[in-house]
Amino acid sequence: MSNKFFENPVIKWVEYRLPIFSFIDESVGSGYPTPKNLNYWWNFGSLAGIVLTILIVTGIVLAMSYTPHVDYAFESVERIMRDVNYGWLLRYIHMNGGSMFFILVYIHMFRGMYYGSYKEPRELLWIIGVFIVLAMMATAFMGYVLPWGQMSFWGATVITNLFSAVPIIGDSIVTWLWGGFSIDNPTLNRFFSFHYLLPFVIFALVFVHLWALHVHKSNNPLGVDIKGPEDTIPFHPYYTIKDLYGLGILMIFFMFFVFFAPNFFGEPDNYIKADPLVTPPHIVPEWYFLPFYAILRAVPDIWFISAKLGGVIAMFGSILILILLPWLDRSPVRSARFRPIYRQLFWVFVVDCFILGWVGANSPDAVFHGIPFLWIGQASTAYYFAHFLFIIPLVSILEKPKMPPESINAAVTNKGAAS
Amino acid sequence: MMNPMKNALLALGLTLSMALTLSAGSALAEGVKLPERDWSFNGMFGTFDRGSQQRGFQVYKEVCASCHSLRLLAYRNLAGIGMSADQIKAVAAEFEVTDGPNAEGAMYTRPARPSDRFAAPFANDNAARTANNGALPPDLSLMAKARKGGADYLHALLTGYKEAPPEGVTLSEGMQYNTYFAGNQIAMAAPFADSAVEYADGTKATKDQIATDISTFLAWAAEPELEERKRLGIKVLLFLIVLTAMLYAVKRQVWKDLH
Repeated sequence: MSNKFFENPVIKWVEYRLPIFSFIDESVGSGYPTPKNLNYWWNFGSLAGIVLTILIVTGIVLAMSYTPHVDYAFESVERIMRDVNYGWLLRYIHMNGGSMFFILVYIHMFRGMYYGSYKEPRELLWIIGVFIVLAMMATAFMGYVLPWGQMSFWGATVITNLFSAVPIIGDSIVTWLWGGFSIDNPTLNRFFSFHYLLPFVIFALVFVHLWALHVHKSNNPLGVDIKGPEDTIPFHPYYTIKDLYGLGILMIFFMFFVFFAPNFFGEPDNYIKADPLVTPPHIVPEWYFLPFYAILRAVPDIWFISAKLGGVIAMFGSILILILLPWLDRSPVRSARFRPIYRQLFWVFVVDCFILGWVGANSPDAVFHGIPFLWIGQASTAYYFAHFLFIIPLVSILEKPKMPPESINAAVTNKGAAS
Repeated sequence: MMNPMKNALLALGLTLSMALTLSAGSALAEGVKLPERDWSFNGMFGTFDRGSQQRGFQVYKEVCASCHSLRLLAYRNLAGIGMSADQIKAVAAEFEVTDGPNAEGAMYTRPARPSDRFAAPFANDNAARTANNGALPPDLSLMAKARKGGADYLHALLTGYKEAPPEGVTLSEGMQYNTYFAGNQIAMAAPFADSAVEYADGTKATKDQIATDISTFLAWAAEPELEERKRLGIKVLLFLIVLTAMLYAVKRQVWKDLH
């Protein structure tokens, strides 16, 4: 990287000793060549990064007024809401920010699946992303426990009890996780500690994610490799301004919830203080866990594996299976644009995920037009795994893809000539 | 290929509809639909009806407070329903709170000050249960947020009592039938009838009016920041819409030479 614009002597002095300015330029500046055909689906990664930052900043400030003790946690959150200056704003941004983060990351993942962004040479980039999702889930789960409401307590009870499904040492693991024989003050304390720590782990993982991204650059809607400089434009100013515009749209959406429907994504029960003696009739996790909750409850007893253990394996398996995706998909073509059958099956998979979410929100005993939710959950869980284990491998071998264009530039200029 | 903005809107729509599938609240009777009321604090520009809030406070003080605490509120918070500092001082002074220990190490009672939290009717939960047939009257500070339907639920519950249960339903000892309460059996007796309070401002105290006023007051107690939140929200959204429009214009300008 030439020092073309480092005229300023101070910048020059620093750059000579620590090339941080060229690092920034090559990461998000004019020195980072980006495919020129990225559509708006490519906004979601950077938006997720910004929301992560917002969560960390609001979280640090909230922690200044929060008390992680079973007797005071609920009250301290209400103190933040009522007595801390703009505490309600900080908390509502943090609460809804969690939901925004998951919305953005889920869209980001679906985008990767549609355009084959996980394929060679971006397998590690994708796998790091899966670890980010896992870390996010752990963080969100523990964060939801902190206000010590009824759903906090009983959600934590349900989820930590899952570990008792581990054969032989299960119960010991649960006791170890709790720091006692029930969910109590030690549990709340350690969850607070981890909830503070994990976002920084996520931040570090995001760095590695970007590092891997910058080696082979962004994938693009055509899924063809960058062939030369004619295929790219500099990240700055083209994608900085496009990302900023996307950020504006996101903030309108995000702030609408913060100011006008702050509890939309939450459960009313969490405004009741945790009571170990009163079980809510209906324990539901936050919306972003609902599809996984449905998978957890869908598995019956299979041979010597209890329904509980099977459910836990299926639930974690539903995320871990994403790690194998780059090898399950044998198709040499990345983008679903040129894969007519995969494209349709992708949307079927998206619908399946929504059905799982809907099932997760309902009791398994409930019925929908005469069909028990348990059956719907089992069918959609089976389809979820079939999509990865059978449909993707088979389609990728049997499908005859259309021919992707020669290069990004050729496709873009052709389109320009046609219109 | 659909255009990307349409796609994005579709995705947002799907996300929202997914969030909307969240299960119905636990404390509502199954299969009952809450009547939706036109509250003064509904909508993006909603504010609490001051008169209704103040009447609601009167209802709380004269009716609810004999069993239900409001422990997250301090008397000073009553400024939020439009009471002056002197009025607040006078209201606080009606209540006794325990303070201490004094220099001799003894606890003592004194009239409440504006900085004190609302005095609770019972010393502790066990005392409350003993006085109420074993049932614990819940704290009302967050009631409007802790039930699906919020103020709609409160109003429906308070006016949803039936003299006699429907045929085939037998009530347990000391329970009342309520259309909207989960399981329909509620330990709280119908708390008020017509003219249960005499409003200082001359408003006719029908059962419906009392329920409306106490629900408005409790909605405020649960979300005292609501008015400030909505006021600030309008400004934030207007700012963001203008900013985003400008960013879009700049984006078009920057990308012009590429298209």
